[in-house]
Amino acid sequence: MVLESKVPNGSIADKWDNHKFDIKLVNPANKRKFKILVVGSGLAGASAAATLGELGYNVEVFTFHDTPRRAHSIAAQGGINAAKNYRNDGDSIYRLFYDTVKGGDYRSREANVYRLAQVSVDIIDQMAAQGVPFAREYGGLLDNRSFGGAQVSRTFYARGQTGQQLLLGAYQQMMRQVHLGKVKVHTRTEMLDVVVKDGRAAGIVCRDLVTGDITSHSGHAVVLATGGYGNVFYLSTNAMASNVTAAWRAHRKGAFFANPCYTQIHPTCIPASDEFQSKLTLMSESLRNDGRIWVPKGHDDGRKASDIPEGERYYYLEQKYPSFGNLVPRDVASRNAKTVVDQGLGVGPLKNGVFLDFSDAIGRDGKDKIEERYGNLFQMYERITGEDPYSVPMRIYPATHYTMGGVWVDYNLMTTIPGCFATGEANFSDHGANRLGASALMQGLADGYFVLPYTIGDYLAPMLGDDPVSVDDPAFIQTEADAQGQIQRFLSTGGTRSPEHFHRELGKLVWDYIGMEREKNGLEKAISEISALREEFWADVRVLGNNESLNSSLEKAGRVADFFELGELMARDALDRRESCGGHFRTEHQTPEGEAQRDDENFSHVSAWEWKGPNTPQVKNVEELAFEEVELTQRSYK
Amino acid sequence: MSRKLNLTLKVWRQAGPTAKGRFEIYKAKEIPDDASFLEMLDIVNEGLIAEGHEPIEFPHDCREGICGTCGVMINGRAHGQEKGTATCQLHMRKFNDGDTIEIEPWRAAAFPVIRDLVVDRSPLDKIVEVGGYISAPTGTAPDANEMPIPKEVADSAMDAAACIGCAACVAACPNSAAQLFTSAKLWHLNSLPQGQAERFRRTEAMVETMEEFFGSCTNHGECSEACPKEISQDFIAYMNRDYIKSKVVNRRLAGQR
Repeated sequence: MVLESKVPNGSIADKWDNHKFDIKLVNPANKRKFKILVVGSGLAGASAAATLGELGYNVEVFTFHDTPRRAHSIAAQGGINAAKNYRNDGDSIYRLFYDTVKGGDYRSREANVYRLAQVSVDIIDQMAAQGVPFAREYGGLLDNRSFGGAQVSRTFYARGQTGQQLLLGAYQQMMRQVHLGKVKVHTRTEMLDVVVKDGRAAGIVCRDLVTGDITSHSGHAVVLATGGYGNVFYLSTNAMASNVTAAWRAHRKGAFFANPCYTQIHPTCIPASDEFQSKLTLMSESLRNDGRIWVPKGHDDGRKASDIPEGERYYYLEQKYPSFGNLVPRDVASRNAKTVVDQGLGVGPLKNGVFLDFSDAIGRDGKDKIEERYGNLFQMYERITGEDPYSVPMRIYPATHYTMGGVWVDYNLMTTIPGCFATGEANFSDHGANRLGASALMQGLADGYFVLPYTIGDYLAPMLGDDPVSVDDPAFIQTEADAQGQIQRFLSTGGTRSPEHFHRELGKLVWDYIGMEREKNGLEKAISEISALREEFWADVRVLGNNESLNSSLEKAGRVADFFELGELMARDALDRRESCGGHFRTEHQTPEGEAQRDDENFSHVSAWEWKGPNTPQVKNVEELAFEEVELTQRSYK
Repeated sequence: MSRKLNLTLKVWRQAGPTAKGRFEIYKAKEIPDDASFLEMLDIVNEGLIAEGHEPIEFPHDCREGICGTCGVMINGRAHGQEKGTATCQLHMRKFNDGDTIEIEPWRAAAFPVIRDLVVDRSPLDKIVEVGGYISAPTGTAPDANEMPIPKEVADSAMDAAACIGCAACVAACPNSAAQLFTSAKLWHLNSLPQGQAERFRRTEAMVETMEEFFGSCTNHGECSEACPKEISQDFIAYMNRDYIKSKVVNRRLAGQR
């Protein structure tokens, strides 16, 4: 199949404006004749639902949470980028575009990224008008900070809770549409499948998590705003319930899944403390501005950090990257931490961390200054570890944080299933092989507020007068029966191991073989071991209780089943991509200095995988990436 | 080094919204004190599943104190004894070997039990739905810096906006009142210049919707005490002031005297 990205003609700066003029419109009075189903209520979902409701469409929103405000966008700490140039430091739409393409290691679609940078400025205006309490200066204007190695200050923030404040803004805007009757929200309702009829998305099948009822919902279009798949690693900074099911089910119904091997490992998280660990907690990247990262030079150095003299400490980032030091990008910082821990130099009871030491900064600036900058983070660290980071160095280690890969979409954010769209982290398009800090919130809101509400009209306009497919149609009946069948299968397997157990085992395989470093043998092993474990899962999973009441084991079993299939595809994709780029590091492909070595001649493309049926490997389709604006270079942080 | 704790749990089990509930006693053995409270429940649940018993349903998601999903009564206190700490951030090192811990769902008439420790908090969404926003449809906004907002005003709005909607305030209140939740949202929006146009309409609608579901405030102060974000009770006073004013202002706006 030929993948049509539908990137408009014209110069990069004009593409989006041209496109908005060229695409078909739905007249305001006709919008009420269309129904749009939005799955997920995070930044991408809530902003889309609110905006579509304001435009006049009938919108139904589905979330497995008890209220839309719980979506995991809420946990984002650092901030949101926008090319406002309020600092007068040389920022521009073009610079944000350029930084994002380069930061993504030249594996994203230029036109999408440029559009993202263009609409970034509108997002800040929109959110400020809605009352998001962004940080301000004494003059009353908005404050900014620099973030993630950018050379300009373009990040807007609301304390350490930017995601929370933006999400609540979008949620409130959506609740206003609920009050006005344009949006209907289904809480505690999990999407289990997409229904496809005559090659188009006709609706979705869901399970009511309280009653167990399987219900069908039909609409003119389906929007998947269901987040990323980082929980395939079991341990990640994602929330416990974050999962790939909606995206994966769409994949099984014909949506191509792009670049699954592009996963981001964030360097500053609190290391796992034991087998019981259920998730990892992120500590904001801003800590690297003042903390120095080191490990003891000697193996099994049992001494307290303060007893290790300066000469016996290995400040590995400062030594290897004199100009960027502790501020190298996320992928570089993460991989180097892994290297020293693998060499047996790790610290902490499990020797699985590195020190992030603030003693120099406290000595230089005083404890008060450090407390002012990072007080809430230090407190969070103390709660979790029981150690006081003012007196002993923090211990940190990388953890899975974000997934750049996702459902393939064209310039209109439509998947390869006509009528099924994907927005936010669920799609693949804007971050290439590595996402820059403070860009996830920007993309979620760009898609939901300023892109999808226009582009969806182009799909809907020709359908004017068509009723949605009836939920009594055989396509719905069959999909319901399939969903029902899987639930009954879980409940009747009667095995010995919980879904949680299998998830943890899967996560270990994914982390060991498809984690920060991948190599051919490991990836081949991953494919066979994941597939073997998946067979054990289906034969031996133990799900107690029934379908007719709240049953989190049953929910989990369905999600883990999809993580198994995704994990296998990640390994295949990583094996196929015989180069290193951004978050995808193949040990066979590195520069003499140990940095990621791209192969632009053979891999300057998107790998979009096509489902071919259960137990059959997916087939790869290719979208070539053309770089007309940005010149491809080797990143260097020496 | 980490200790191991042996604990006795008294956990509220209830099969469904209409089923009769009861306390069940469980032994939590060899719990590492580095575990969080919710990880302790994970360990107990894995044990229950291994023995063929249905696991305890409890609310949780982000496990870093921001999503507001989690929350149980721990020894009679919402989110347990640690101040400014959500259940997910409470760690077992705060407990002693041999302790008995009583775990119950949020207790409030407005929050029916769905199962075990999980309750239905949807009335809080209803309060937001009737006015917990500034009406600014997408695309209508002026440049963000056209409206300077004094830092102190923005900071105070942020103090209120930090609410995570966990409803510990309701659970802790002897009257099951939702004043802290409602007033925090009202102060966030009413204190900002963008929020002035709808200030009194918003206040009247949200307060009256709140009163359909929840009890009245009698200034016990348990709400702020239990709040994991330590939101100040002062916001309730601001809300009461705005509510009384709204009765006059809204009549005048409607053309009445």
